[in-house]
Amino acid sequence: MTDDLVIGLNGERLVLDASGALWWPDQATLVFADIHFEKGSFYGVRGQFLPPYDTRTTLRRMAAVVARYRPARIVALGDSFHDADAPARLDVEERIMLGAMGAGADWIWITGNHDPAPPPWLGGFIASEFALGGLTFRHEPAVFARRGEVAGHLHPCTTVNRRGRSLRRRCFVSDGNRIVLPAFGAYAGGLDLWDEAISSLFDGDFGAYVLGTARVYAVAGRGTYHSGRRNTTAESQPKRSAISTVDRPYARGSRVAKS
Amino acid sequence: MAMNAAAPAPSLSPVLLPRDAARGPFSLPPPFARWFAARGWTPRPHQLALIEHAARGESVLLVAPTGGGKTLAGFLPSLIDLADAPVRRPGMSRRVRALHTLYISPLKALAVDVARNLEMPVAEMDLSIRIETRTGDTPASRRRRQKTMPPDILLTTPEQLALLIASREAPRLFADLKAVVLDELHALHNSKRGDLLALGLARLRTLAPGLRRVGLSATVADPGPLIEFLGGAELVRGAAGAKPDISILASNAHVPWSGHLARHAMADVMAAIKSARTSLVFVNTRAQAELTFQDLWRINEDNLAIALHHGSLAPAQRRKVESAMTRGSLRAVVCTSTLDLGIDWGAVDQVICIGAPKGAARLVQRIGRANHRLDEPSRALLVPANRFEVLECEAARDAVMAGELDGDRLRNGGLDVLAQHVLGSACAAPFDADRLYAEVASAAPYRRLARADFDRIVDFVATGGYALKRYDRYARLRRTPEGTWRIAHPDVAQQYRLNVGVIVEDPMIDIRLQAKGRPTGAGGRVLGQLEEYFVEQLSPGDTFVFAGDVLRFEGIHEDAAFVTRTRDSQAKVPSYNGGKFPLSTFLAGRVREMVSRPEIWHVLPDPVNEWLRIQEFRSIVPKPGQLLVETFPRANKFYLVCYPFEGRLAHQTLGMLLTRRLERLGMRPLGFSANEYALGIWALRDMGGVGMDRLFDEDMLGDDLEAWLAESNLYKRTFRNCAIIAGLIERRYPGKEKTGRQVTFSSDLIYDVLREHEPDHILLRATHEDAATGLLDIARLSEMLARVKGDIVSKRLDRVSPLAVPALLEISKEMVAGEAHDDILREAEESLIAEAMKI
Repeated sequence: MTDDLVIGLNGERLVLDASGALWWPDQATLVFADIHFEKGSFYGVRGQFLPPYDTRTTLRRMAAVVARYRPARIVALGDSFHDADAPARLDVEERIMLGAMGAGADWIWITGNHDPAPPPWLGGFIASEFALGGLTFRHEPAVFARRGEVAGHLHPCTTVNRRGRSLRRRCFVSDGNRIVLPAFGAYAGGLDLWDEAISSLFDGDFGAYVLGTARVYAVAGRGTYHSGRRNTTAESQPKRSAISTVDRPYARGSRVAKS
Repeated sequence: MAMNAAAPAPSLSPVLLPRDAARGPFSLPPPFARWFAARGWTPRPHQLALIEHAARGESVLLVAPTGGGKTLAGFLPSLIDLADAPVRRPGMSRRVRALHTLYISPLKALAVDVARNLEMPVAEMDLSIRIETRTGDTPASRRRRQKTMPPDILLTTPEQLALLIASREAPRLFADLKAVVLDELHALHNSKRGDLLALGLARLRTLAPGLRRVGLSATVADPGPLIEFLGGAELVRGAAGAKPDISILASNAHVPWSGHLARHAMADVMAAIKSARTSLVFVNTRAQAELTFQDLWRINEDNLAIALHHGSLAPAQRRKVESAMTRGSLRAVVCTSTLDLGIDWGAVDQVICIGAPKGAARLVQRIGRANHRLDEPSRALLVPANRFEVLECEAARDAVMAGELDGDRLRNGGLDVLAQHVLGSACAAPFDADRLYAEVASAAPYRRLARADFDRIVDFVATGGYALKRYDRYARLRRTPEGTWRIAHPDVAQQYRLNVGVIVEDPMIDIRLQAKGRPTGAGGRVLGQLEEYFVEQLSPGDTFVFAGDVLRFEGIHEDAAFVTRTRDSQAKVPSYNGGKFPLSTFLAGRVREMVSRPEIWHVLPDPVNEWLRIQEFRSIVPKPGQLLVETFPRANKFYLVCYPFEGRLAHQTLGMLLTRRLERLGMRPLGFSANEYALGIWALRDMGGVGMDRLFDEDMLGDDLEAWLAESNLYKRTFRNCAIIAGLIERRYPGKEKTGRQVTFSSDLIYDVLREHEPDHILLRATHEDAATGLLDIARLSEMLARVKGDIVSKRLDRVSPLAVPALLEISKEMVAGEAHDDILREAEESLIAEAMKI
């Protein structure tokens, strides 16, 4: 039995996956934001030897989601590679994993500020923006967004406090007109939802959809915006969690007071 | 520490010196004898003993109570030696001297204070001896000069020693070092700072063979480990001080069932403060200090000068309190363990300890803060906050009066600290792995270090130590053709210097007080700092206690939290996290014994005595070796309460593991609460039928523990500390983090990835060893489980027992079962839905 959270965005029905990926059933399209391949080795090159396994972990998590939805199209929302040299640092095994993923699916690599020019050997299309149906896919949310914008770049996170305990998790943020996806990469940090960079994107009420171990929870936001509904279906495939990390970045954004 | 050698010593050792110290074979050199005589002092036997041992080139551990002229004893041999002939560096001008004595203290304030006290005899005897300190506050120019033109005596801290030995000048600087004095060694030796110091000492002994080591320690249960730490030493004991005068404040009318704040006793505490000239009021946590301070002021009708002192107040504020104290203008200071050690405030004549003492040695240390004179008893008042604490206070007093102290469980040296040292060694000069290993293994905490582990640490420092060799090209350490290890680039040394030290602070955030009505973020003076994780759980409008006031949280702007004053008398958000120090094993044993002996209960206050008698009647009073487990129903739930007396940390770990097991047994546990003495679990099913021997079997420390560790926040925090000390993650410095969003990465993310791909990585090993003695106290839990095997007595009751009440009273503020993160999210979602659906 799965327990998906479904929201509406500019008339389209979207499934928020607990892995942090976005699934658009009507177009059989799967979306990953801010994958940041080889972020670990980016620091390693500079003498800070982080475990060089983040790409593998990220690939494994991606593969699990892809196997579940079997998409016809996969969109990577930009910052798929942490830096310009990152593609060259993938090892053979990792390239094979990436090449085999979603075999048959069309890949669309949106360019990001970390990867303005993804390498051509990736295959698929490379674009700065991509529109389909009622939705527009881009890396950075636009100042004046079209309805139906799907973006990444900001790595939204939020902190949930209950019973004196505090939990920080990645989240989706949406007001029904636009959505910002959580970062997918294993080493990608996070930015608090209340940072002006995120909260200023939304004029009115908005909801935060937090990644739990096996499902997404609509927990916070401004006002009482809550568009999600549970889609309880009896699918045979067991739904496995892909991300169970608590994302606690060192960087603190400027958090504005909750109004 | 006091330099006052004080009045005639109570007893003179017949072995070491004749009655008249000034004329015997070990008499003091004339200027020193004159100086003592001019002040009307007679040298203490242990002071002379140290001179005698030094003359033979022997190392010494001096164990003496506070007020025994211990620090002067440590320095006298060096002063005498230097007065005779300062060491000149061969071939250099007469003005350039070599460093003669190095003094290391755990606190930089103490190093500064000792230097000041040392100047006095040197000036009065007109000796030509140069004394300097070196701390983080020393200007860079002087620090540079100290390396080439050192003073005769240098006073510093373990961190500064690490930096000194990691510099290229180290071999020259320490070549002529004659003595090293390690102060407050009891407080340092069994900690990560102790590991750092031990490694530094091993290096000093390599650089200056024949170096005389002098350890100064407060009274300890077993001096053996300290002697080993020094690499062998003669033991000298100072005369015991007068027995302290300890009273326990316990009213026969009312003793609370639970809680740690002792708010019921504040009027009595105030009366005690009035009865003394100057009191130190010790509490166990910072939050408790805040509340106690507030409570005292609420009833401070005479407006006595009562101040507050703890580690997160702004430094300027702390200095102000300290200098007011030195001037004698304060009647009391409410303080935390930050004042357990430190400079002498001669005027203190009473110590009040609120809450349980947690350990006999800690109590002795705190009592010693009153009255630095050996021949007069120190006055102390213990204020237990609840019934169990009454037992603990009685047990601690008995132990102190009997001269018995808690022993430490000796840790193994931290692998993370070793990694730091290996990098530091390479920064000083290329090292030979065989020789460095031999040197490290000569340091007491590392004597059991396997060569293979040492090699893995070198590999970790060089390239991260991963099975996947990704970073060989970017190595920090490289092999030279001669087979030694050198740093690959000068930047590595720079990086080492920024990361040195083993104290990892939680990320802190400034608390700024702004006027009401101003927009958040506008102005406001800094009151101090609080842990970021605490501030993150506040919502605007929440009130909490800090810096002696109830404050209203307004919001975070840039890198500060902004607050305003409020007239509320009660804060909404408690920040009290239980005792900081776990109950010592030794004291726990004494408390267990006290509980098991009805014949001595009459010495306890009436309510406590009655409490235990009814327990005896209604349930069971466990024998010293036994573990009592009670089960009973209450308000539609079923409870299991056990009484291991092993401290909150070990109980918390036990609670996590037992709830997992009970879950599997279908008992549907809902949560647990742990305090210092007991653990309570509640569930939907009756746990009375569960086989307790099976439930408490040691095998829970296998797979169950591993599975829980994977998601434990405490464990992740331990990993973060290890990763920072080992140099995997750079420290955060104030101002440095503002270079944009997500400039760096979260240690939790790294932990998850490393655990998935390389569970045997040396840093995870380091984390595991750390957690065993640290936040999770697994070592203690494991000893307890082994001890009670076959000695578990279980009792099914129809209702709650007297002994179980304190544990149950703490339930309301405790946690959900396990670390069920998703439960928290679910609740948050439900409350949001409820809000949305409200009409």
